[in-house]
Amino acid sequence: MSAVVITITSGKGGVGKTTTTANLSTALAAQGKKVVAIDADIGLRNLDVVMGLENRIVYDLVDVVEGTCRLRQAMIKDKRLEELYLIPAAQSRDKTAVTPGDMIEVCNQLRPDFDFILIDSPAGIEQGFKNAVAPADKVVIVTTPEVSAVRDADRIIGLIEAEEKGPADLIVNRLRLDMIKRGDMLNTDDVMDILAINLIGIVPDDEAIIVSTNKGRPVVMENGTLSGQAYRNIARRLTGEEVPFLNLEEGNSFIKRLTKLFKAS
Amino acid sequence: MNLLNRLLGRGEPSSRDIAKDRLRLVLVQDRVNLSAEKMNELKDELIKVISKYVEIDRDGMEISLTQNARQSCLTANIPVVGARQK
Repeated sequence: MSAVVITITSGKGGVGKTTTTANLSTALAAQGKKVVAIDADIGLRNLDVVMGLENRIVYDLVDVVEGTCRLRQAMIKDKRLEELYLIPAAQSRDKTAVTPGDMIEVCNQLRPDFDFILIDSPAGIEQGFKNAVAPADKVVIVTTPEVSAVRDADRIIGLIEAEEKGPADLIVNRLRLDMIKRGDMLNTDDVMDILAINLIGIVPDDEAIIVSTNKGRPVVMENGTLSGQAYRNIARRLTGEEVPFLNLEEGNSFIKRLTKLFKAS
Repeated sequence: MNLLNRLLGRGEPSSRDIAKDRLRLVLVQDRVNLSAEKMNELKDELIKVISKYVEIDRDGMEISLTQNARQSCLTANIPVVGARQK
């Protein structure tokens, strides 16, 4: 076994990187894959709380890098899924405590035992981002349909290409159907027109995400949520499966259904 | 009324359209890392160089940066009036 290393990044903060990392890791593990999620946001760790594992942390990524503990000791086993682990970030250190070479080394040690290694990148384009991207086999960029997030995503796409880690895949997060219908939000096609990279997922803005984060239980564990379904679909695409996109942007009005009927025939 | 206006293609552009146009413009500059000021310098130098060889219509010229997928393209449309008088 040799794991695929996937780095989740965005440039802009607050677009859903950590939520995406937690949900994709959980969904992949629920599919029976062996998964380890690494929080590369040294000093601002959060993947632990989103996954509900904050009370189990003894050692962290910096402890591993500095040789304070063995790699296995810093790996926290998930509460619910057998084959899911988290390596948390250090909270009281800064990004310079880890180098890109350290990240490559840690991932190389993990590769033989896992199917997927997901790295939650910090926001920005400085060292933390470089650390997160260094070991990546594949980069997934998260954006929201807002001018600032799309602009930053574009910058990241350029940097990923320059590092020869491309082409990156894109997730458009927090789409709001009502606003798209009113013409007050960029839709997925608009974002794709502008960024011109491969789309791997669209995730609706969903209150269930906040509820699940409150509980420390990723939304993919809840059946019947649209965002959970969207993340499960992305996880399947990451394993190479072809899964059609959720139809978030088309209403289910009578006319729409009629048009579809005509198009189909 | 709003809907009627939109159907007839009248009225205010949607904030989505504004966002898209603004993004397109700002990304052209971001991607080639060329400010409006540098762009003007480039135009001036282009004019100087080309004017050495042919006479051009400065008012009729157009120089712009456009995007096609992830490729940036610098397009110059420079009407030539005639050969430079020796």
